[in-house]
Amino acid sequence: MNNSLSQKTTGMFRFIGLGFLEAPINLIQGKETKKNLSLILKKIVAPLVSFIFFIGVWQTGSQYLYNKEADYRIEKARQEQGDEAALLMKNCIQSGDVSCQPNTLPSPAQVKVSFFKLLEDHRLISQDKKAFKEKTAALNAQRKSEGKSIITYTGRPSFVDQIITSIKTVFAGFLLAIFIAVPIGIIIGLSETLRDSFNWLIQIFKPVSPVVWLLLVFMIVKTLTKDSDSDSSFIISFISVGLCSMWATLVNTTMGVSTVDQDFINVAKVLRLGSFQKIFKVILPSSLPLIFTGLRITLSVAWMVLIAIELLAQSPGLGSFVWEEFQNGANDSNSKIIVAMFIIGIIGFLLDRIMLAVQNVVSFNKNAGN
Amino acid sequence: MKFKLLTICLIALNLSFYSCGEKEAKKIAETKPSGSENTSATKLLEVEKPQLTFGFIKLTDMAPLAIAKEKGFFEDEGLFVSVEAQSNWKNILDRVIDGQLDGSHMLAGQPIAAGAGFGRQAELVTPFSMDLNGNGITVSNDVWAKMKPHIPSDTDGKPIHPIKAESLKPVIDSYKSSGKAFKMGMVFPVSTHNYEIRYWLASAGIHPGMYTRDNIQGQINAEVLLSVTPPPQMPATLEAGTIYGYCVGEPWNQQAVFKGIGVPITTNYDIWKNNPEKVFVMTKKFVEENPNTAIAVTKALIRAGKWLDTPGNREEAVKILSMPQYVGADEVVLANSMTGTFEFEKGDKRSMPDFNVFYRYNATYPFYSDGVWFLTQMRRWGQIPESKPTDWYDSKIKEIYRPDIWKKAASILVEEGHIPMTDIPETDGYKPETTDFIDGKNFDGKKPIAYINSFKIGNKD
Repeated sequence: MNNSLSQKTTGMFRFIGLGFLEAPINLIQGKETKKNLSLILKKIVAPLVSFIFFIGVWQTGSQYLYNKEADYRIEKARQEQGDEAALLMKNCIQSGDVSCQPNTLPSPAQVKVSFFKLLEDHRLISQDKKAFKEKTAALNAQRKSEGKSIITYTGRPSFVDQIITSIKTVFAGFLLAIFIAVPIGIIIGLSETLRDSFNWLIQIFKPVSPVVWLLLVFMIVKTLTKDSDSDSSFIISFISVGLCSMWATLVNTTMGVSTVDQDFINVAKVLRLGSFQKIFKVILPSSLPLIFTGLRITLSVAWMVLIAIELLAQSPGLGSFVWEEFQNGANDSNSKIIVAMFIIGIIGFLLDRIMLAVQNVVSFNKNAGN
Repeated sequence: MKFKLLTICLIALNLSFYSCGEKEAKKIAETKPSGSENTSATKLLEVEKPQLTFGFIKLTDMAPLAIAKEKGFFEDEGLFVSVEAQSNWKNILDRVIDGQLDGSHMLAGQPIAAGAGFGRQAELVTPFSMDLNGNGITVSNDVWAKMKPHIPSDTDGKPIHPIKAESLKPVIDSYKSSGKAFKMGMVFPVSTHNYEIRYWLASAGIHPGMYTRDNIQGQINAEVLLSVTPPPQMPATLEAGTIYGYCVGEPWNQQAVFKGIGVPITTNYDIWKNNPEKVFVMTKKFVEENPNTAIAVTKALIRAGKWLDTPGNREEAVKILSMPQYVGADEVVLANSMTGTFEFEKGDKRSMPDFNVFYRYNATYPFYSDGVWFLTQMRRWGQIPESKPTDWYDSKIKEIYRPDIWKKAASILVEEGHIPMTDIPETDGYKPETTDFIDGKNFDGKKPIAYINSFKIGNKD
């Protein structure tokens, strides 16, 4: 029984894309020591080594850039104001004074500090939010009884809030992409004539840059939401994300539907299935692996274009966080940007794993798409 | 497609409900006094719209907004205000006109241009002038090195200020002879910066280029090509070599010194002493629908301006502005210009007590004459393509500048004891004529045509 349970857990780990945890679990349970040790070496130690290597390269790189910029500043001070100023500049840089710090690629340590600073910041903002809620509770109760809209928090969103907003935007955009691309893909996939007639459209719109989509959506939504006080930036950004990212799903769905094995179609014919039944029982299931490959690409594209779109649409989220920090140009801005970069990367990776897991659940062919 | 339509329908539905509710609420508000408790000495107005969103660009002159929020002046008026950084001036203008922002920190020229026929047209009003001065012109290190031999210096070997554009002329000529166009950045076609850098260049006989009805690039006959770059990106654009200099507000001139990528050479205090810089703008529609809210906002902003010019408060202001949601630059950078000094070349820090004025000299009062100056410059450079009669200037500016709102707000503040009676100027809205310009020209807001005709470069009427 114990054995079947462990098999289940390892199966699940593999399922959600954490297959590398299988080996240490087996090892702890004392199974196939030699094989599992080599697996650990391959799946855990090697990535760890590469991680340390990465940090090392980053550290030396940032150190090199720091020194280069510092030397340049000292040299410039010497040329323009003499040796005394150069010495002053040197001392100033060594003392860690903010006013003369070289502004370049931050080191891993600086990024770590910024990360914790952002978490601390989130804690403070949450407290502030709570205080605001208490402060306005009486007023809001009164406004509610008078039928007015309630007063909402007026402070800025924290880093964590912005991550959540970004995920919401991507998710809404992704759903939009599914609702547009999958049905259209199936319809186009079923008929060669339609495929031929719409191909040009897909080929032309597919490579259009996110910025242009945003402007297009902006033009339309702006007119539609005219004379309203609502903030349309969320609507604009999620629709743009959806439109940018749906093409992979559309193309893959079309391809999946059009390349269904002729045998299956023949079977459907023999069984005299209706067209709806044919689509849902035969065509859709057998094209699912390709559709899901498309959806995975769509999700990663959605996450990728999000930053550019949020930045332009002024929609709160990671994109505007990165942009604001870039504009701030403060001493710790660069390291905050790098923190955001890692967060974006990690979330993108997790989203992809989730899609992989879903794909494994719904598709027949368990090996596809990995 | 279906989904999209559905969303739009849902939104539309929501909105119609929402706006009905709003009207209902207004009626109630008119009949019932607001019962919320108020601890400070302020007289609470019947505010029609307590939840507001204001926009700003990351510049130190947005300070009145940050201070009014952080010091609780907005809340004293029963206002709950969010302030949001925006990416550029065009965006701000669009969002205010479209109603996504209830009001905003704006370039003084923006509401004027929107009313006078250049760029997007809308009815905007200015009840509050945010500050005086606060801009600078910065050039790249390379240009500075080539300029320096042409600048007269004092006995200590330091350059004599104000530095005039004459010393830039040889550099432009040398760029021209090597076949390169001399490019400089400013922040917006109707920004103070555009008019200031043009004024500065033209006062030395350098042609900054003209606008016409069909060509709104503003580069016709230009010896210096001026182009638009959003303020916070100026240092980066200069560093990348896309432009050789720029005119921008703080902290982006000081940032250039700190990062060692450029040298500020002059400030707009030297170009026009105590010139108006940013204004607070709302739409005419908003002010008409929410008259008390407009007065309450102006009250809070006047208090913030006064707080900023109260000696000893600037250090705290710098701390507030350096928060990432406001300007976000390092405190040392902000402190440089906000605390009465301005650093030109690295190490050449000079005292400039009037570099950022938020309250003194009636800085918050929206003077018609200040607005007229912008109209004259728009005409001079061709943004207003046709000749206008003198009374057009007067009637146009009275549509946009609204000292009546300011006066109402200020007189309530006097009643409450927040400001003395003497802080309300006795004026018809026109400042007395002045020659406080870098070229010593005489400006009288009541004689705009004569002023326009007094320039060597530019349109004449």
